[in-house]
Amino acid sequence: MPLLEVSGLSKRYRRGDTLVSAVDDVSFTIAAAETLALVGPSGSGKSTIARLVTRLIEPDAGTILFEGTDLRGLKPSALRAMRGRLQIVFQNPLAALNPRATVGRVIDDPLKIHTGFSRGERRSRVASLLERVRLDPALASRPIHEISGGQRQRVAIARALASSPTLIVLDEAVSALDVSVRAEILQLLKRIQRETRVAYLFITHDLGVVRAAADRVAILDGGKIVESGIATEVVSNPQSAIGKALVAAAPRLPRG
Amino acid sequence: MTLLRTPTALLGFTILVVLALIALLAPLLFPADPLAIAGPALLRPFQDASLPLGTDRLGRDVLAELVHGARTSLLVGLAAAATSIIVGSVVGTLAGFIGGIVDEVLMRITDAFQTVPGFLLALAFVSVVGPSLPVVVLAIALSAWTGPARVARAEVLSIRERDYVAGARAIGMHPLKIAFREVLPNALPPVLALSSVIVAAAVLTEAALSFLGLGDPNRITWGGMIAEGRAVLRSAPYLSIIPGIALVVTVLGVYLAGEGVVEASAARKVRA
Repeated sequence: MPLLEVSGLSKRYRRGDTLVSAVDDVSFTIAAAETLALVGPSGSGKSTIARLVTRLIEPDAGTILFEGTDLRGLKPSALRAMRGRLQIVFQNPLAALNPRATVGRVIDDPLKIHTGFSRGERRSRVASLLERVRLDPALASRPIHEISGGQRQRVAIARALASSPTLIVLDEAVSALDVSVRAEILQLLKRIQRETRVAYLFITHDLGVVRAAADRVAILDGGKIVESGIATEVVSNPQSAIGKALVAAAPRLPRG
Repeated sequence: MTLLRTPTALLGFTILVVLALIALLAPLLFPADPLAIAGPALLRPFQDASLPLGTDRLGRDVLAELVHGARTSLLVGLAAAATSIIVGSVVGTLAGFIGGIVDEVLMRITDAFQTVPGFLLALAFVSVVGPSLPVVVLAIALSAWTGPARVARAEVLSIRERDYVAGARAIGMHPLKIAFREVLPNALPPVLALSSVIVAAAVLTEAALSFLGLGDPNRITWGGMIAEGRAVLRSAPYLSIIPGIALVVTVLGVYLAGEGVVEASAARKVRA
């Protein structure tokens, strides 16, 4: 049984008087400890899929089976409990964390919600999570608005890891970072995957990232999946027009 | 300190600090009952060194009354502003965050309170419930909470679309906790900027209620003193003018200090 099985997922938005299809009958699966990359140009529905899968917005049609449970049929309290195992990291690290909160509180929140740990145990968990994303545990008392974008993205990853998820949706999670920080974060994500067997749904427009991090890839265009397969094969020999265009546009990077 | 850099803010805070000290130290400065007779009736100011501001119709020390009256004015002003900001931001946050029918209902209630003139509302409330300090505070807050509610709602509407609110939902935080812990604190600064206007208005409303005899009868208030003095307005105008000046200075101090806070926070935003 796959960890995540999405089928027939659709979402339309109202733009003026017309309905625009953002995601149109999309189906895919992710196995445990696997990385699936969703690639596509902007406006292809990538981020909408990220938010649909994590149930931040309502789909119009389709099923989302996560660990065998249909997320659409869950009551709000059951969905909140489920969220600990299905996490998301957003694109813009400057907007994704409450600027008034401290680093420690941001990581402590999911621990408080999803674990029964005492305050002291949680504090040591926060410290070890910060170490896991290669940040100084002393950072815990600093407010979010005082740390850099790269540090914030590490904090966001630590927060996503806090509730021991089996799947993390990375919604353009490295796109807003500069190149050197991006490589570091990609390495960090791969190491975490080896250690915890977490699966990633890696949403990106960057084929370099796909080559470096993904097992399989699905290419989106206009809300539909137009091509999918093993990441290295699709990237080296794309079949669809949009796939060819993306490969042609991608900067040549050494294989990661 | 950035807060005191502008002359406006400096003047405002100086006035407020002096007033607060006077209010706090009133029992030490004038330990005798300010309602007790202290000398001959209608003694004009600056005639007797022991009664520098003179006496009223009953021979009570005007300075002692003024100092004790500062307690009531400041207390009512601050309590009414705090109440209206707390009630307003809770209502505004719920309306903006939940949206839909809850928003509609809460905002129509807000409209209803806003369309009734605030002073009439306070007047009606005090006449029905009976005058006492907590009732006066509630009566003033009854009409003043609508401003904070509207501002809080507008802020919440923009904040609830930010990624960190989606992030709080994604970790499974309860919606009420998201509203009051993640959203409300970030919506507060513009709401707090209203507080100086509300405090100033509350001080004036309290004075007006007291002037009409609807203040707490067991407390000296500046409005009550003006009402007392009205009977002898032509022969002893100082009895109305002195508490009137105190009111003007207080409202001015609150307003200038509030302006200073808004300016300082705007400057901080620009630098950040």
